Amino acid sequence: MTSRSDVHLQVRDLVVQRGGLNVLEIDALDIPRELVTVVIGPNGSGKSTLLGALQLVLHPARGTLTLDGEPMDADPVRTRRRMSASFQEALLLSMSVRANVELPLRIRGVDRRRRRELAEHWLERFGIGALAARHARQLSGGEAQRVSLARAFASQPEVMLLDEPFAGVDAPTRESLIEDFAEILSETRPTTILVTHDRDEALRLGDHAALLIEGGLRQTGKPTEVFDRPADRAVAEFVGTENVWAGRRSESGVYQAAGVRLASTAKAVALGAPALLCVRPERIVLSREEDSSANQIRATVRAVRPRGPVVRSELASGRLRLIAEAPWAAWDELGLSVGDEVIARISPADVHVIEDAD
Amino acid sequence: MDLIWDGIREAARLWWSGDAEIIEITLRTLAISAAATALALVVGIPLGAVLALRRFLGRGLIVAAVNTGMGMPPVVVGLLVALILWRTGPLGDLNLIYTPTAMVIAQLLLSLPLVIGFSLASIQSVNPRLIGQMWAMGANRWQVLWLLIRETRLGLLAAVMAGFGAAISEVGASMQVGGNLAGETRVLTTATVLETGRGNFEVAIALSLVLVVLAFIVNLFLTAVQQRRFVT
Repeated sequence: MTSRSDVHLQVRDLVVQRGGLNVLEIDALDIPRELVTVVIGPNGSGKSTLLGALQLVLHPARGTLTLDGEPMDADPVRTRRRMSASFQEALLLSMSVRANVELPLRIRGVDRRRRRELAEHWLERFGIGALAARHARQLSGGEAQRVSLARAFASQPEVMLLDEPFAGVDAPTRESLIEDFAEILSETRPTTILVTHDRDEALRLGDHAALLIEGGLRQTGKPTEVFDRPADRAVAEFVGTENVWAGRRSESGVYQAAGVRLASTAKAVALGAPALLCVRPERIVLSREEDSSANQIRATVRAVRPRGPVVRSELASGRLRLIAEAPWAAWDELGLSVGDEVIARISPADVHVIEDAD
Repeated sequence: MDLIWDGIREAARLWWSGDAEIIEITLRTLAISAAATALALVVGIPLGAVLALRRFLGRGLIVAAVNTGMGMPPVVVGLLVALILWRTGPLGDLNLIYTPTAMVIAQLLLSLPLVIGFSLASIQSVNPRLIGQMWAMGANRWQVLWLLIRETRLGLLAAVMAGFGAAISEVGASMQVGGNLAGETRVLTTATVLETGRGNFEVAIALSLVLVVLAFIVNLFLTAVQQRRFVT
């Protein structure tokens, strides 16, 4: 729990409507100071709506937003001048790169010399100093995104609002951009709200996570907690916990699901109570032979699908269906193909238990 | 054919000799149309921006009225302004009828819908997320308006050209509210009508050529500004 002085932005009882329908409802959300809060959720979950409300460009039907305890809408222009924003689209104006980066400073009445200094500095920091005189329309997607981020940092904001700023650039560009961004962020430490749907981005950049589903805040916590310990089935599905099995607690730390016995170190539900057992696919280790560890499930390979750097396999053990992911090297070493028998090993620490309300 | 060639020769002679009356009429034409266009821009661009960016009750009606105004016959506008400024009319006490000010008002009313309409179309074509970014950068409403003007300068210069074109080429309303008084309210269009009526075709041709060249020079300048590739 963050103490009050560590909370920079507060959202209370927020309701945003569109066409008379509630598209975002958040009872309480605290944004910690100088940390990166990643806002994650599926499309249409209200992530961008939340950002729009914080930017004061969307007008909530109800609720209060405060910055350092002061209502944000008391003086919207002043509030916005304490913040910066960057989006998936670079949204540059038809002017030179330098003029684009100087623009927020010009809006704030910063003198020409200082503007020029800051623009040059931030363009250099993002590795695009050589592009200063170029027109914004002549940039590649990656360059434009760097300009957009340089512009966001140039005004030295207290709060940075970012809406999928890396989603529109190709993979190699994205990788180096995130690297530079993470380094700059760790030096400058503005309070940052980063909307993303990318798990790696959330884990790499986030100190704190807030997960939205269907316009509601479903879980907050450290990003690893949200991804590894989902609060309910919907969260589990979104964060990619594809193995969600209905079961019951049979004894202390032991659960039964589809006839399979699984041990878990997770916080227990009551004895005999229904539970959802969640295991991430990459947490299942495949082996040809059994050993002495707990949770070893003998299964048959039903399907094999390569997926980027990993191989994804669908396994069956009686009525239990498992999805496992293994790096290519490990998969090749196993030499498995459809129909083969395999041992799926799951550490009890990787079996997350959710009380099953259904 | 001789009539046309005589007219062109006379026009060249009048230009070459620097005819005082033609210079005076030309300067007055330019002053009245420029004033009307400037006022139309000052009023029309913000109104176009409001219509482009805001949703309110009656907006559709106003946009339809603006679109109608873009094709409004000048004589109707002239009649309206004449009725208002007529000595017994609502603003008769101001004694503006048959003055250059009355002509500015009439030309303003003719070019205003064009400026509003062009501004509305230009600003509406801007990516709404870019406008959101302008607000997000901390711009106040005047700064947002300025950035929008800058961003839509191509379309807005088309508004300037259309507005100025409507003002300088208009004749009916200027006749009705200016009266075509020599040395006071005579402009190139009204003078051309007068000289044509008198059968002085060479003078009419000279005046017409001045009008065309004037419009061309102004539009050449505006086009040069519009087509400048990069403005930093």
